[in-house]
Amino acid sequence: MNPAVAPEPTRSLVELKIPARAEWVAVARLAVAAVASRLHFSVDEIEDIKLAIAEACTNCIAHASEDDRIEITSEVFSDEVRVSVRDRSVGHKLGSVEKDGGFAEGKRTEELGVFLIRALMDEVTYSVDAREGTELVMIKHVMG
Amino acid sequence: MDIKVNVRESEGDAYVVDLTGEIDVYTSPKVKDAISELIDQEHYNLVINLEKVRYIDSTGLGVLIGGLKRVREHGGSVNLVCTNPQIKKIFDITGLVKIFGIFDDEQGAMKALV
Repeated sequence: MNPAVAPEPTRSLVELKIPARAEWVAVARLAVAAVASRLHFSVDEIEDIKLAIAEACTNCIAHASEDDRIEITSEVFSDEVRVSVRDRSVGHKLGSVEKDGGFAEGKRTEELGVFLIRALMDEVTYSVDAREGTELVMIKHVMG
Repeated sequence: MDIKVNVRESEGDAYVVDLTGEIDVYTSPKVKDAISELIDQEHYNLVINLEKVRYIDSTGLGVLIGGLKRVREHGGSVNLVCTNPQIKKIFDITGLVKIFGIFDDEQGAMKALV
């Protein structure tokens, strides 16, 4: 927890677009971590958010061409951060990986990222639209 | 963001891979190359030292899993050195703590190699 940070009085919106390439994922995760640090998350929770956002971007890259972009939108409320990661591709496989039960050795490693997102964030939803692409929305609540 | 990889020979036929930095989708190919090169040279007992790794994601975990599978085919093993609570947590929640030997220091990881 960072006591020096004043509570976010109203909704704040931060948008970032990065090329859908591996070298830009670090920028996305660090930017969202900086946004999340506006709230009273613990260091561990900020790390959870960083990893979840990175996994979401990595998932986008797996389905994107090098010219594509990833849109990362962070909304900061007084008690939660809501992060949307969107790209223009269609067909991410997010629904089949469950949050509970651990990750079996025999599963494909690509599923590991989705498993981590579900385990580290409080709410995860995704939508696929033929025109809009794929959007993954992740929410982390401030505890205590 | 970068990863530094240092490979050194240790006791017996064992090799230690020291990693420093962050392992993500951008840097993990460098780690994969180092581990693959050792295995291609028929070194099947490895200690991966994560003590100076600040961050690891699923691609990094995938590289470690891939290395473990390959050495196991030859009766070898991969042990990890890691004390960073955040990284240990990732191994815990994914259940990978059950398939890797994770040790607090290099001596313990070396001693436990098959």
